[in-house]
Amino acid sequence: MSNTSYQAVIARKPEIIKKATNIDYAAFESGEIGFDYERMMSQVAYSLNKIRQIQQETGVGNTPLLELKNITALARQLAGPGKGARIFIKDEACNPSGSFKARRASVSVYHAKQHGYKGVVAATSGNFGAAIASQAAMRGLKSIIVQEVFDSRGIGQPEILEKGRACEAYGAEVIQMTVGPELFYQFLLVLEQTGYFNASLYTPFSICGIETLGTEIAEQTLLATGRKPDAVVVTHAGGGNVTGTARGLQRAGCESTQIVAASVDLKGLHMASDIDFNRKSFTTGHTGFGMPFATSPDRADVPRNAARPLRYMDRYVTITQGEVFYVTEMLAMLEGLERGPAGNTSLTAAFVMAQHMECDEVIVVQETEYTGAGKHPSPQLSFAKKNGIEVRRGNPIENVPGKAIIIPEHPGQINIKDINLDRVRQSYLRNALGSVGTGALHPQDIEFLAAETRLEAAIVEKKVREIQANL
Amino acid sequence: MSQAQKGDWVQIYQVILPVGERAPQVPAETAGVPLEMWVKGFLEEEQAQVGTDVTIRSLAGRLLQGQLVAIKPDYEVNYGFPQPELLTIGVELRAILEGNGNV
Repeated sequence: MSNTSYQAVIARKPEIIKKATNIDYAAFESGEIGFDYERMMSQVAYSLNKIRQIQQETGVGNTPLLELKNITALARQLAGPGKGARIFIKDEACNPSGSFKARRASVSVYHAKQHGYKGVVAATSGNFGAAIASQAAMRGLKSIIVQEVFDSRGIGQPEILEKGRACEAYGAEVIQMTVGPELFYQFLLVLEQTGYFNASLYTPFSICGIETLGTEIAEQTLLATGRKPDAVVVTHAGGGNVTGTARGLQRAGCESTQIVAASVDLKGLHMASDIDFNRKSFTTGHTGFGMPFATSPDRADVPRNAARPLRYMDRYVTITQGEVFYVTEMLAMLEGLERGPAGNTSLTAAFVMAQHMECDEVIVVQETEYTGAGKHPSPQLSFAKKNGIEVRRGNPIENVPGKAIIIPEHPGQINIKDINLDRVRQSYLRNALGSVGTGALHPQDIEFLAAETRLEAAIVEKKVREIQANL
Repeated sequence: MSQAQKGDWVQIYQVILPVGERAPQVPAETAGVPLEMWVKGFLEEEQAQVGTDVTIRSLAGRLLQGQLVAIKPDYEVNYGFPQPELLTIGVELRAILEGNGNV
């Protein structure tokens, strides 16, 4: 039996992951850091027609696109004359496991079954766990979900506890861990011991499964309004949602649709901190994942991440936890849809953006997620108060992540903050050059970095020289 | 109830990494506590007391060992308390929509 110590297992990571994903990532790499992303997506992922067929088999996708007429009317009351875009929402809660994650899981589980794996393993504290468990149940595979749930007091984040319960409801073994990135060690051990498939959020299978969300939005928006969406707002965490949706929209000919990534601002809270862990009310859709995955996508549980959000986002905005709770109430009370809360991050941003767009324009919120015990504003705020977080009505500008959740007193107080994408690109380049140091880059490296940052090759070369000069 | 019978739905516990063996990149407050794990499944032993080492069969069918910590563990999650900060939002928004609110 092999050595199961932390160091030994982490050292075996490349071979464990290779066996558990069955993808030869090295075949797509070139130069020092270059990597042919599009070739990987076209050779490893499935075609759009095949994805549609896979998803149809398990009842995934084809969710309704709903017009939020009352919220649009409210936005128009707050907006200037002639302003106030029509707001639509893609009701992804209608998927079998209650979120868009069923799209990602569907292709991964199908692929695992086709290649003879007996089960699937995923490291996730989010809706993806239930999605994997649900899809695995449909296709007769075993599933194991590894979750980060508890702090060292044994106190579980309510939203994650609910997601764990959902996984068990679909027949998954749920491994519940305390805070820490070493969860990955346990994940690798499970993969090695079981020989199951790594149903990572970040493989081409997972990302291509989201492309249908983009194509459906394009088709349904055209049918409902006679035009392509002017903007699509995507809740952004690990980057898959932005990447897959944008790729789908592009496939459907929506090249001029603005792709807006939105995250809850959790600046200042450390994601691996035992203390900070239960001081946040959003366990996903926040900047704690959104920023690192935008600036360093290959930090994932596979060697090369198929989620590359910086390639696709035209704008990146943040909002506060209190604003999302407020808009979650708005959605329930004005539209009769009890959804979220975390999935309503994009709706919150869209509500503000719509007020600055023309009346005849269309903005689409690309997901909802199911609501459940623990996964709802009232248990989250009950939990926050129990953990010493101040909760009050007020102006959201007084929000302090981990200290104060401010529920707006008026919808006009909801605002978005723009993250400077040039700075994000700069951080991306610094991170990308980390492994190269001052070494020379090849033309294919520059080409890769240009595609990653959407900058001209000459500008990338100049920035690379500047960064390397300061190393 | 501190004694479980074979086939009971129980929860086991293990320390995965003790203090001193945590990964170097974790912050001090995390390095100062162990990495712990809980898993649920059906008890394999004829009977066992809470606190003893046992074997369970998980929902995926795996046999796993650990310390028995709970029998028929509670899911814990609920809808919490009604939140005064949220309760009036719907009424306020309706008033704005109907032209009776402060825009």
